[in-house]
Amino acid sequence: MSLLSIKRLTKSFGGLTAVNNVSFDVEAGQIVGLIGPNGAGKTTVFNLITGIYRADQGEILFDQQPISRLPTHRTITLGIARTFQTIRLFQNLSVLENVLSGRHCRMKSGVLSSLFHTPGQRREERSALARVLQYLEFVGLREQVKQLAKNLSYGNQRLLEIARALATEPRLLILDEPAGGMNEQETSSLVSLIQKMRANGITILLIEHDMSLVMRVCENIVVLEYGSKIAEGSPEEIKQDPRVIEAYLGTEDEE
Amino acid sequence: MIERRNAIYIAVAIVLAIVPAFLNAYWVDVLNSIGIYAILALSLNIIVGHAGLFNLGHAAFYAIGAYTAAIMNTSFGIPVLWLLPLCAFTAGLFALIVARPIIHLRGDYLCIVTIGVGEIVRIALINNVFGITGGANGIFGIDRPTLFGLTIRSPYQFFYLIWIFAGITIFLFHLLEYSRFGRALNYLREDEVAAEGSGINIAHYKLACFVVGAAWAGMVGNIYAAKMTIISPESYSFWESVLMFTIVILGGSGSIPGVLLGAFLIIGLPEIFREFANARMLIFGAAMVVMMIFRTQGLLPSRPRTYDLTKVGAGEGSS
Repeated sequence: MSLLSIKRLTKSFGGLTAVNNVSFDVEAGQIVGLIGPNGAGKTTVFNLITGIYRADQGEILFDQQPISRLPTHRTITLGIARTFQTIRLFQNLSVLENVLSGRHCRMKSGVLSSLFHTPGQRREERSALARVLQYLEFVGLREQVKQLAKNLSYGNQRLLEIARALATEPRLLILDEPAGGMNEQETSSLVSLIQKMRANGITILLIEHDMSLVMRVCENIVVLEYGSKIAEGSPEEIKQDPRVIEAYLGTEDEE
Repeated sequence: MIERRNAIYIAVAIVLAIVPAFLNAYWVDVLNSIGIYAILALSLNIIVGHAGLFNLGHAAFYAIGAYTAAIMNTSFGIPVLWLLPLCAFTAGLFALIVARPIIHLRGDYLCIVTIGVGEIVRIALINNVFGITGGANGIFGIDRPTLFGLTIRSPYQFFYLIWIFAGITIFLFHLLEYSRFGRALNYLREDEVAAEGSGINIAHYKLACFVVGAAWAGMVGNIYAAKMTIISPESYSFWESVLMFTIVILGGSGSIPGVLLGAFLIIGLPEIFREFANARMLIFGAAMVVMMIFRTQGLLPSRPRTYDLTKVGAGEGSS
């Protein structure tokens, strides 16, 4: 049974069809890569899944449940978390509070219990803080807990986004170019982090331009070009697929 | 750090508690005005400072609270202080109704619409809407508040009523700042897309902060009505909204000590420099320009929240 199932998804912006009739499945426990040249519609697919855009046509099922009409925060609460291609942290807040934002949807205290700090509210805060420290430990940012997000290095900001996403307790984690701007050493620790998350039972869907990373971690790869799916398969199949090679390198007779 | 701040609060509270003994009624009344504006600005601070939503129509909520108290008291004889929850409710409900359709507007657009809301309320009051607001003359003959059988009458008595209410407000809003609710407002101020993408229902929190801020302003309206015993639409002009907004921005948006300092400066200084009253607008304007250039976060900017991580049990959060 697939965890995420995308069926004949179409989205256009004015005259431009950004995503055209795309279907693919993500099985629970897999690491799936979504690749394609710039402007192929990868991030649009992510924005459709998380409800930032509304699909013109098609359906998105998460755990058999249609989610394409849900507002973003509902989708997150159902168990899909994401990171952003351009880092979108709360720059002026501490590392701790950035991760706490992910805990928000798993907490319950409302206006009144927040105004009066009821015992239940205080207990909830303490356990949320404890969880946050675990996630920071997990991604390796425990030491930076008190710093402001904007003072972190670029690679660490990416890790913080992952920690914030993990704090929502996702079943599916969507990473939009997690290795963007990372050096080789940071990238290889990211690879082990991704594998560690999968070992913890999180299914991962990622966009990435670093092909060595994609080929190393993904079990299944979906290739988009001009909004349409042109190939799907294991890394080995994708490497040899003539249409993928053509999309990335161009063919000789084109010139 | 936290200890030092508490020490400052206690010191200020003690000074405030004894200072009326050394002041004449006029200056005590100035302190009463400062207190009223301080609470109003604190309630606006939830919306402007924490959630980053520009609201230049806060006087509307203040007016709703005052008129609720005045109408219910003069028509049905209900003691004014009993009406505090009702004033909070009507102002909050009004905020919910007017904010619902405009809440998705951003920055300046929201600001302009809130100015409109403020003006609509003021003009509706002048036009004696529903025949219950008394038109341009307003409503008079509102009862003095009574507390434990004591009728609060003199500026000295009002001083303690207002500043105890201010103290409660400061305490509760401080707790609110350190909570899931307070953080959610900061997240949406920092980055709406990221906040929604982290699972926060931003539309809900935008509305909720308007309702909380408005409810508090409604309660201040109640106390103001009881203090003046007569209220009229001109007390809720656009200028009042501007004053509250200026207090928040000048003092330090999102910062409780900053807003308190702002209230003392904006309301208190003009009283001290009465002889320069004509130049007041000029000095106000110049001060704002200087602030915007040199200290955009306000005189006492908000500090990052601190968390005591030593008390967090290691095993507590595991599941």
